Amino acid sequence: MIEIQDLKKSFGSQMVLKGVNLVIPDGQITVIIGASGSGKSVLLKHLIGLSQPDSGKILVSGTDIAHLDSYHIKNVRMRFGMLFQDGALFDSMNVYENIAFPLREHRRMNEEEIRLLVAEKLKQVNLPGTEKKMPNELSGGMRKRVGLARAIVLNPEIILYDEPTTGLDPVSSQSIDDLIVSTQKHLNGTTVVISHDIRATLRIANKVAMLHDGKIVAEGTPDDFLTNPNPIVRSFLDPAILHAKLPSRKS
Amino acid sequence: MKKFVSFLGGNVTGALNEFGGFMLTLIEGVRALFSKPFRLNLIFKEMEFIGVNSTIIIMVTGVFTGAVLALQSGKAFRLFNAEGVTGAVVALSLLRELGPVMTSLMIAARCGSAIAAHIGTMRVTQQIDALEVMAVDPISYLVAPRIVASLGMVPLLSIIFNLLGILGSYAVGVMLLEINEATFFDRIYAYVKSEDLWNGLVKAAVFGVIIAVVGCRKGFMTEGGAEGVGRATTQAVVVSSVTILIADYFLTALMF
Ligand SMILES: Nc1ncnc2c1ncn2[C@@H]1O[C@H](COP(=O)(O)OP(=O)(O)OP(=O)(O)O)[C@@H](O)[C@H]1O
Ligand SMILES: [Mg+2]
Repeated sequence: MIEIQDLKKSFGSQMVLKGVNLVIPDGQITVIIGASGSGKSVLLKHLIGLSQPDSGKILVSGTDIAHLDSYHIKNVRMRFGMLFQDGALFDSMNVYENIAFPLREHRRMNEEEIRLLVAEKLKQVNLPGTEKKMPNELSGGMRKRVGLARAIVLNPEIILYDEPTTGLDPVSSQSIDDLIVSTQKHLNGTTVVISHDIRATLRIANKVAMLHDGKIVAEGTPDDFLTNPNPIVRSFLDPAILHAKLPSRKS
Repeated sequence: MKKFVSFLGGNVTGALNEFGGFMLTLIEGVRALFSKPFRLNLIFKEMEFIGVNSTIIIMVTGVFTGAVLALQSGKAFRLFNAEGVTGAVVALSLLRELGPVMTSLMIAARCGSAIAAHIGTMRVTQQIDALEVMAVDPISYLVAPRIVASLGMVPLLSIIFNLLGILGSYAVGVMLLEINEATFFDRIYAYVKSEDLWNGLVKAAVFGVIIAVVGCRKGFMTEGGAEGVGRATTQAVVVSSVTILIADYFLTALMF
């Protein structure tokens, strides 16, 4: 379980997080939604210690990771996997080397074992046989999938996704969403997703939280969300829901 | 006047900040070198990039630097019939100053910029964040191998520069200006001491560290997309070149 307690963070005079409180339950998919610039990426970076809070706590299974030294933060990070917005693949390495990277760094495996595992992960993200490709030869969706394969190759307990589907066509988005769900089932891990996509959110989430003006303004199951009367939530949900209903009305 | 003072003050604190940053990068880099894992193949890769791939440029600049020095000094010495010392003068200037300085300026332009561009791109495309998330220390992975490689290769390249420079001065001095070959070499043996070589190599090693540290630091501090990478690259070359020349003065004052 990850518990965020009264997390505050400013950049210069701009206060981005103004006291975030949120519980992220184990073994479930939690989706954080919010307008662009509301601080979702900043929040996610705090969860994995890439950013230090001004005040507040981030408890990962009870340990506050906000003020750990570099040795201990490494041990915590070994339990995490993270998919960056555009994959953040190492562009000097091919797909194979990218996915093998965490294995070479943290596991004693021979080349044959690495090869098999990389092939398995690539199959899991529906990109079998792309080992030799360089990142710049991949489409945006493929880069995200390779990034996902790299993020899960050490079987992390907790996976963070920063806008995994933004900028993708509906078909690729759907396949990434399915991957998030199947990966969660496969690893039985704790999953945190940042998303703009309301429909996908409602479909894959076990828990939804909305970040607005530096605070969590609403949280609950997707069903709670659909009936939430908070005007901020409504203004975010309604256009998407209306839009979602259009096709069924036509048929 | 007040404006000028605050302008100056701002620049001085800025420069001190920068210097502090470089020292920090150096200390962290050295510390990472002595903690697991030791990244031998990355060091070799960087050595290949900094050393092997720069050899040709260094050879060419070396030959022509030596040649032009011989041309200028040979003609000047001829005015008072002392052209025999041309070789010795060229060799001394090369070993003590021009070898290390020219070599490291070339390497700053060729490799310092590439280091800053590479690390800067990794920074703005979140590849460095990705390293950290995968519990890999970016200093140990990106900085330490470059410091070692540069520390090792710049002195080697400066030896090549010196050798080729002397060859160039031989070509101009003996073949073109028709200085007596025996005197040419005799004077070199008489005036050049091994100390000159060693001091020059120490300089080159220091400059090598400067190139790597400045390039890495500028790369790490990159902000703001492709434009930021461009800025970091330019700054890496400018700052390391200026730092090399300043350091050269102080090293010379200490050594000779
Ligand atoms: N390193 C930083 N330095 C200064 N300001 C920052 C930094 N990182 C984020 N910010 C600011 O924090 C605010 C929130 O940024 P963040 O990236 O978290 O937004 P977001 O919710 O992820 O938006 P999007 O959905 O567009 O990705 C923005 O106003 C941004 O300018
Ligand atoms: Mg974001």
